[in-house]
Amino acid sequence: MAGERIAITVTVNGEDYREEVPATRSLLDFLRDDLALTGTKEGCGEGECGACSVILDGRLVDACLVFAAEADGRRVETVEGLADGGDLHPLQRTFAAAGAAQCGYCTPGMLMACKALLDKNPSPTRDEAAHGIAGNLCRCTGYGTIIQAVMEAAKES
Amino acid sequence: MRPFHYLAPRRLDEALSLLTPRAVPLAGGTDLFLRMERRQTQPDTVVDLKRIPDMDEVEAVDGGVRIGALALMETLAASPLISDPYDALAQSARVVGSIQTRNRATVGGNLANASPAADTATPLMALGATVEAADAGGTREIPVNELFVGPGRTALREGELLTAVRVPALPARAGSAFQRCVRTAMDIAVVNCAAFVRLDADGVVAEARIALGAVGPTPLRAPAAENRLEGRRFDAAAAVEAAECAVEDASAIDDVRASADYRREMVRVLTRRAVESAFRRAGGEA
Repeated sequence: MAGERIAITVTVNGEDYREEVPATRSLLDFLRDDLALTGTKEGCGEGECGACSVILDGRLVDACLVFAAEADGRRVETVEGLADGGDLHPLQRTFAAAGAAQCGYCTPGMLMACKALLDKNPSPTRDEAAHGIAGNLCRCTGYGTIIQAVMEAAKES
Repeated sequence: MRPFHYLAPRRLDEALSLLTPRAVPLAGGTDLFLRMERRQTQPDTVVDLKRIPDMDEVEAVDGGVRIGALALMETLAASPLISDPYDALAQSARVVGSIQTRNRATVGGNLANASPAADTATPLMALGATVEAADAGGTREIPVNELFVGPGRTALREGELLTAVRVPALPARAGSAFQRCVRTAMDIAVVNCAAFVRLDADGVVAEARIALGAVGPTPLRAPAAENRLEGRRFDAAAAVEAAECAVEDASAIDDVRASADYRREMVRVLTRRAVESAFRRAGGEA
């Protein structure tokens, strides 16, 4: 059983990856270790901090609490898929302009939370923007600049 | 984490046949994943239920609603089939964890884990809901009031799976509400309370159901508080007296989240607010 591996196919940022993983592998470790997509970060590892937030079949989830096997046949969006070649995603531009990142560790998860919010609600109020990032902890910014970046990005689109 | 077999059957009967004593069902995984990571649960087999079609559906049935066990908290919070009639349930689903958690956590998991603080448990008790429990032999219904037998323990038999929740039609002149108190927005409840009130044509309380969470080994009903409301016209004094009774119905203990004394005070406050709010939603004017 220890050596049992499961064949999965996961579409990550539009690209199909076929891999064999142990049942115990989390989606987070799958992205980081198997696919070398290290943009997604591990913070608490128990679904509290949101640093590992990715979008799974259109829904924001903590990748640390999902088994890679559960993502078989599903679509995953990570921070690596935000920019279009050299063109940054509007949220990436407004984050940079607003100074919405300091240490940057929460930023990939924060960007995905903001993207999930704007995908669902393209013109949020400040309160809705704050609720949209309620599952993502940031120890540096105090959240003000992040909310500002969301509001700016919403204006652009 | 201890290695295990991962199976993702596409049919319910197949899943049921796989649920042997050393197997655990996997729904959203927000609790199970961590329990396995911490080796508090070490199954040989994990049976992922999410490939079974329609187990996350919310559908109108017999004037009420049937909620598949895999329905997400986000679905409960957003579905008009739930938020229109069943305020208490929609309100509870909206405050469970973070968005990330609500996008994974399911109503079936919230009930089957049998946490004394489970946020959807008290609304479902107050609304008179039942769960469908299936095994290879068939399906039976268990009232949510009888589902919880201890912390983390339910009336489900070995090999039995909670497959759906049924909430009966909301009667005329009835309403419900949910209240809870937490240390921080993302924490589990220090106390939660759900109330259901039905009025008769004269505005007298014909039926009251009050359920309390995190003040006993299981979510529990507050019979003395319910009796205090039934058969009388609802007013501010009735709400205060019912809240007083609820404190006696509860058996709060000290733990890391709050002292027993604090919990008793919160039972008083939350019960009063919940019954007042349920009364207003029932169309009553005090």
